[in-house]
Amino acid sequence: MTSVLFGITLIASAGVGVVNMITEEPIALAKEAATKAALTEVLPAFETTEEQTLTIDEMPITVYTASNGGEVAGYAVQTMTKQGFNGVVRLMVGFTPDGEVVNVNVLEQSETPGLGTKMADEGNVLLGSIQGQNLENKKLVDGKLAVKKDGGDVDALTAATISSRAYVDAVNRAWMAYRSVAKGVAATDTASGATNTAAAQTNEPEAQEGGQNE
Amino acid sequence: MNKLKIAISGIIKNNPTFVLVLGMCPTLGTTTSAENGMGMGLATTAVLIMSNLVISLIKNLIPDKVRIPAFIVVIASFVTIIQMLMQAFVPALYASLGVFIPLIVVNCIILGRAEAFASKNSPVDSMLDGVGIGLGFTLSLTVIGAVREILGSGAIFGVSLGFANYTPLIFVLAPGAFLVLGYLMVLFNKLAKK
Repeated sequence: MTSVLFGITLIASAGVGVVNMITEEPIALAKEAATKAALTEVLPAFETTEEQTLTIDEMPITVYTASNGGEVAGYAVQTMTKQGFNGVVRLMVGFTPDGEVVNVNVLEQSETPGLGTKMADEGNVLLGSIQGQNLENKKLVDGKLAVKKDGGDVDALTAATISSRAYVDAVNRAWMAYRSVAKGVAATDTASGATNTAAAQTNEPEAQEGGQNE
Repeated sequence: MNKLKIAISGIIKNNPTFVLVLGMCPTLGTTTSAENGMGMGLATTAVLIMSNLVISLIKNLIPDKVRIPAFIVVIASFVTIIQMLMQAFVPALYASLGVFIPLIVVNCIILGRAEAFASKNSPVDSMLDGVGIGLGFTLSLTVIGAVREILGSGAIFGVSLGFANYTPLIFVLAPGAFLVLGYLMVLFNKLAKK
């Protein structure tokens, strides 16, 4: 009895192991391609990217610095929040070197279909409120972007205030990461949203590129 | 038993959702749109056909006392294999269905059919049973998903029908799942009895 069960589990795990060996490489390639595609959607044309990972509010935030022959073309920030209606929301936010939001791409969300999921639709109000704008010029609450209900000027999705807040929260974190990489503003410093006089004093080589645009 | 009958019975007489009332957790959880319902149904069908086949082949080797763990190991392995293959070769499909795939392991339809059919019948019959039950599950989930999507978000398979702003949102939320499932179950059984 035991030996039969042992035999079955042995064969099953061997099978899973073999399939894992076969699929390991394609999975890695597919993931890489997906990241590349997500970057192209939120950034102007670029040739190479460098990535670095920051930790903001105990969440890993990845900043991709895209360059064209040594000149920074933009920054894409893979950001997240845990404030979604059904948990984690992941976004890819693209910034120009000057800090204008190029585009936002929703990578992962499990919001309510028909309500919060509208955050991933083309031309939704959340994206419309920030796309093509420098977040410094938005109406900030405590140095952070906020939905209209909380005193800011980002239009929220109808009947999905929690999802909208989550979206804005993730964008804020992306902005923080962008400022930290591009302008050398400490990632934990949330108060100085409106004034970006801080000089680019950072050890990140690619960050100095961005700092010159100040 | 007539081979065709085995497959057909899974769709109508033994429809897993409306008649056997098995696998309610994925049914209620994933049918927020027709596309999601169909994806869950098809993924389940694939696992069901393969697990039925394998369990039917090894049914004489498995001692009665450990049959449930043996079935679960077989099912879980297939689910893992399908998940890895999808992730590697159809990443787009995996991205939209990814969350449902691990749920298949705990779907009682699969264990139910392994126990009730595959462990007593020939491999070919078991595969046909998998096809029938799988299609029955897929059709039921697609219909529930379509009804919820039309009523709740004014769209079908993601294509807007133009009245999205006037729909009762409750149908895409959890209570709507119970309502739609209940009414469709009544309708199905009424029609099937005739």
